[in-house]
Amino acid sequence: MAAIPERLAGIHHETRTYTGIWSWLASVDHKKIGIMYIVSALFFMAFGGAEALIVRLQLWQPNNHLVSAETFNQLFTMHGVTMIFLVAMPILIGFINAIVPLQIGARDVAFPRMNALSLWLFVFGGLFLYSSFLFGSMPDAGWFNYVPLSGAHYSPGVGIDFYDIGLQITGIGTLMTAINFLVTILNMRAPGMRLLRMPLFTWSALITMLLILFAFPPITVNLILQMFDRLFGANFFNIAGGGNALLWQNLFWIFGHPEVYIVILPAFGIISEIVPVFAKKVLFGYESMAMALSIIAFLSFMVWTHHMFADGLGPVVNSIFAITSMLIAVPTGIKIFNWLATLWGGRIHFKTAMMYALSFIPLFVIGGVSGVMLAMAPADLQYNDSYFVVAHFHYVLFGGTLMGALAGLYYWFPKIWGRVLNETLGKWNFWLVFIGFNVTFFPMHIVGLEGMPRRIATYSAGYGWTIWNQVSTVGAFILLVGMLILLYNLITTFMRKADAPGDPWDGRALEWATSSPAPEYNFAQTPLVRARDAFWVEKYEGDGTVPAAEPAGPIHMPSPSLAPIGIAFTLVLAGYGAVLHSAVIGGFFLLVTFWQIGRSLVAEDHGYHVTPQIGGGSQ
Amino acid sequence: MSTTDAHVVAQQTQPTEIGLPKDNKVLGLWIFLAGESAFFASLIGTYLGLHGATLHGPTAQSIFDLPLTTVATLILLTSSLTVVLGVQAMQRKDVRGMQIWLWVTALLGIFFLEFQGYEFFTFYNKGLTLHSSAFGSAFFTLTGFHGLHVLFGVFWILLLLFQSLKHGINEERTSKVFIASLYWHFVDVVWVVIFTLVYLAGKVG
Repeated sequence: MAAIPERLAGIHHETRTYTGIWSWLASVDHKKIGIMYIVSALFFMAFGGAEALIVRLQLWQPNNHLVSAETFNQLFTMHGVTMIFLVAMPILIGFINAIVPLQIGARDVAFPRMNALSLWLFVFGGLFLYSSFLFGSMPDAGWFNYVPLSGAHYSPGVGIDFYDIGLQITGIGTLMTAINFLVTILNMRAPGMRLLRMPLFTWSALITMLLILFAFPPITVNLILQMFDRLFGANFFNIAGGGNALLWQNLFWIFGHPEVYIVILPAFGIISEIVPVFAKKVLFGYESMAMALSIIAFLSFMVWTHHMFADGLGPVVNSIFAITSMLIAVPTGIKIFNWLATLWGGRIHFKTAMMYALSFIPLFVIGGVSGVMLAMAPADLQYNDSYFVVAHFHYVLFGGTLMGALAGLYYWFPKIWGRVLNETLGKWNFWLVFIGFNVTFFPMHIVGLEGMPRRIATYSAGYGWTIWNQVSTVGAFILLVGMLILLYNLITTFMRKADAPGDPWDGRALEWATSSPAPEYNFAQTPLVRARDAFWVEKYEGDGTVPAAEPAGPIHMPSPSLAPIGIAFTLVLAGYGAVLHSAVIGGFFLLVTFWQIGRSLVAEDHGYHVTPQIGGGSQ
Repeated sequence: MSTTDAHVVAQQTQPTEIGLPKDNKVLGLWIFLAGESAFFASLIGTYLGLHGATLHGPTAQSIFDLPLTTVATLILLTSSLTVVLGVQAMQRKDVRGMQIWLWVTALLGIFFLEFQGYEFFTFYNKGLTLHSSAFGSAFFTLTGFHGLHVLFGVFWILLLLFQSLKHGINEERTSKVFIASLYWHFVDVVWVVIFTLVYLAGKVG
């Protein structure tokens, strides 16, 4: 980025510097890491979207043979895995990286190098997963990869091994992100930034990281067990050897249900940031918003069996989990009504970010209502494994998570890239995505209730499914046009001069109190927080600048380092060793990885100091 | 706000409303241990779900050698004591004492691993392997991952020990020794749970 060297002009480095592409590969700056997360997520979204379009084309007419059934299995599996693990989580973690330290008035995250390691584990893990294509066998047992279908007997190819090891690698990175941001948010807030003064996006990040911390270890274990089954002949899921197929389902959904909140809570946080800014009102019910996030997180660990209603676990288990699942509607409803109450009587500015945020509310409610329908265990036996389920989770994951992420992209683009996205293109982008989304996914409710099972490669004529499938396919291409306009908007805006003011939206939280994009040290002086909506209060009740909590002076920065990318790279090479059943390759690169980890355990980074220019980093 | 006020505020850079460790590394390690607890809870839950599936192979009751495992347990628990003595010596600025106790801790860890290696070898010869039954899979995976954690801890402590021998000790290294000791205690606590739920309960049946 052209803007970066200019910003650094006049700053004296006492450490090894990297330029060009190396300044990105070695970066430990949370803002650059956030950018790389978001760009990588958009890159993987192109793959996940292309897979979805091929699925839609295949379902255009009955008895279609565009792709084989085997390819179809790989397409919907990789679509799900990509969108959950390589798009939804990373794009939200990208925003958390780029924005949360600014919102709490911190200079960086608690462990900058570990942050870079998280990023590279995600990037390489995702590329590793996709490299299964070169080995002729991609994961094809669905994104939740049930045994025995995914066991060595029914899936002898390497596709499932790539699933196990690829997700393991990205998962380790995500766990490190959780530790990093929990410490950052708990320990590195600017003076005065009490927990109940934190912006709600930061609150949602805090709660999401807690979810990751407790939800990822079960999937880590699950993937280890399956890897041992497949590579070393262990018997965890092998019935003949005394194993238990439900063990996979339990461990998977103990992770999997919190996981869906991991990808929705940050979107809630984004909406809670945007709605007050563009309604020009204080957020209604701040405390209840934070409390609702916590309650949702707590309940999310007690509902996993609702994914297993059809297993026949018995009426008592099903009833308990049906009730806990329906309970989640209460804190979620609190959030919906708080957003509506915030809008009530506000002067609403229909910027693209706000339109995405406003569309989020009804779309998520539709997904929530079909969710409550699915939570009713007896009724669920009717919907189970039908397109109704597909409609439900696309309304919460696309209508919720992705609409929230796109709202965040329009809202924070100036803060992250220093340029305001084009609003005209933004409106086109929004309306096409909004219409395309509903045209694609609403008919799936109907076709699901008419009995169409999910994941079938083709269907016979005469069920009345054809017309709805064709409507969905048309909708998918409207979506494609909408997303291409977004891409065009991103590229043309990025080519323009970086001219965004520090505070283009009349924002409320601290990220808007610094320049756009923020300098590498974020704030020339650590801000002193005197109220909730820290920046807004200073603008409208103070002199417009956030007071400083420290005298001006040189700022200590962590040194860039190539160690994180090195560790992630060798770990992925060890993964290839495991997939190729080569103990030599796997063992060697695992040793190299641990050797590097050992080096970083004793490494001491003295960092370097920068002296902010006058006025740099503040309005 | 005058500069003096600003300076006073700057002293209180840590939030005060909850009593968290101020050192990021220490808090980070505690949070890591919370995640590790969920990791071992999943492995232990897997073991408890599968330990009855012995097929025609050895059962927990027939194969566990309690006296042997008790000795190994005592060795590991003692290493928690020695690492505390090491940290206390460090806090007294007795670098020599710290180094001696870290040596002892690492050695006890290695002893424990030798016991575990011997146990694995014996079990293997008696027909219990990773693929003999689901019980075998769950047993070796759970205790094996614990053993790997001990091994990692031994290397970690030895690394910090060699660093202190070469470069002495400073504030940053002190905090690194402290978090390594926290990790070591955690690995011991997990073993107490494994010893109780796997070995003692397994022997009772």
